[in-house]
Amino acid sequence: MPQIAQIAETYSSQIFWLLVTFGFVFFVIGLGMVPKVQGTADARDAKISGDLDAAKAAFARADEAEADYRIRDAESRTAAQAVMAKAKGEAAKSSETKLAAADADVASKIAAAEARIQAASIAALAEIETVAADAARDMVARISGVEASDEAARNAVKAALAHG
Amino acid sequence: MAESGKIDPMHQFAIEPLFGTDHLSLGGFNIAFTNSALYMVLAAVVLWIFVIGGMKRELVPGRWQMAVEYMTGFIKNLLIANIGDKGRKYIPYVFSLFMFILLANLLGLLPLGLFGLHPFTFTSHFTATGVLAIMSFSIVLIVGFWKHGFHFFSLFVPHGTPLPMIPVIFPIELISFMVRPFSLGLRLFVAMTAGHVLLKVLAGFVINSANAGVGFGLTVGTASFVLMVGISALEMLVAVIQAYVFALLTSVYLNDAENLH
Repeated sequence: MPQIAQIAETYSSQIFWLLVTFGFVFFVIGLGMVPKVQGTADARDAKISGDLDAAKAAFARADEAEADYRIRDAESRTAAQAVMAKAKGEAAKSSETKLAAADADVASKIAAAEARIQAASIAALAEIETVAADAARDMVARISGVEASDEAARNAVKAALAHG
Repeated sequence: MAESGKIDPMHQFAIEPLFGTDHLSLGGFNIAFTNSALYMVLAAVVLWIFVIGGMKRELVPGRWQMAVEYMTGFIKNLLIANIGDKGRKYIPYVFSLFMFILLANLLGLLPLGLFGLHPFTFTSHFTATGVLAIMSFSIVLIVGFWKHGFHFFSLFVPHGTPLPMIPVIFPIELISFMVRPFSLGLRLFVAMTAGHVLLKVLAGFVINSANAGVGFGLTVGTASFVLMVGISALEMLVAVIQAYVFALLTSVYLNDAENLH
C-alpha cells in the first residue's frame, strides 16, 4: 500500500503542497470570491422578498381602496335615495296643492256657471210665463170675447206650468 | 497482489515526483512536486475557474453563475441548518473544504488512463485527508476555547447527566471527541482507496480474463466490465457523498464549538 509504504519520503511533500493549494483555495477563493458570490445571491433574495412585500402591501392597499370605495358607494347610494325620496315627496305635495287650487278654481267656475244657468232659466221661465199669460189672454179673448184679467191668466199659466 | 498478474491495483496510489523535483526541499523536508501535488493544484485551479464564472454578480444569473451560487447556497444552507445564523461566517472555509475534496475526488475518477495519463486521487492518501481533518478539528478547538474558555469542557458532560455518572461519561465523551479527526480523515481516505482498488481489480479481471482466452473473456470479462460501469457510477456518487460527509461533519463539530449545548 503506497500510502503507508511511501509515507516516510512523501509525507512532507504531501502536507506542504496540500497546505499551499488549500491555502490558495481558502484565502483566494473562499475568503476572496465566495462572499461576493454569496452576497450577490443574498442581495437577490433580499430584492425578491422586498418586491414580494411591496406587492403584498400594494395588494392590501388595493383591498383597502376597494373597501373604501364600497363604503362610499353605499353611502352615496343611500344619500341619492334620500334625495330622491325627498324630491318625490315635494313633488307630490306641490302637485297636490296645485290640484287643490285647480279643483277650487274649477269648482268656483262650475258654481258661477250653474248660477248663470239658473238665472238664465229663471229669466227664461219668467219670460215664458209672461208670453204664455199674454197668449192665454189672447186665446180667452178670441174664444170667449171676455177680457181675462192679467192676474187670472198668469195664475192659470202658473198652474199649467206646474203640472207640466 | 501477485495473483493479479501484471496489474497491481495499488500502483495507482504511488506518489512519484514530477519534473525532476525529487530533491526539492524546504528546511530539510522534502517538498518534491509530485503527481499528488499536481492534482491538488489542478483541483485548486479548476475550482478557481469554476468560481470565477460565478463572479459576474448579475441580478439575473446565467447558468454558470447559477451553478456557483447553487454551491455556495448549498453550503450556506448546510451551515445554517446545523449551526444557525452564526454559521454564516464559516461559509468560506466549509465551501473551500467541500469543493476542494469534491473536485479532488472527481478529478481522480476521470478516465485519463485512456489517454496514457495517470489520474491520481490525493484524497486516497491519509497524509492529505489527515491534514484536512486536523485543520477542521483545530478550528473546532480554537472556536470552542475562544468562545467558551474552559467551559468548553462541559461539552463532554451531556445535558442531564447524573452526578455519579460524570466520572464515567466524561472520559467516554472525551475519547469520542478526540477520535473525530481520525474518523474524519480516515473515512475519506478509506472510501476513496476502496473504490479505486475495486475498479482496478475489476479492470484487472477484464484484462486477465481476456488474455486467458475467448471463453473467459466473454464470460468473466464482460461481467466484470458491466460491474465496472455500475461501480464507476457508484464511485461518482461516493465522491460527492464523501465530500458532503466531510463538510457536514465539519459543520456538526463546529456547531458543538459554536453553540455548546
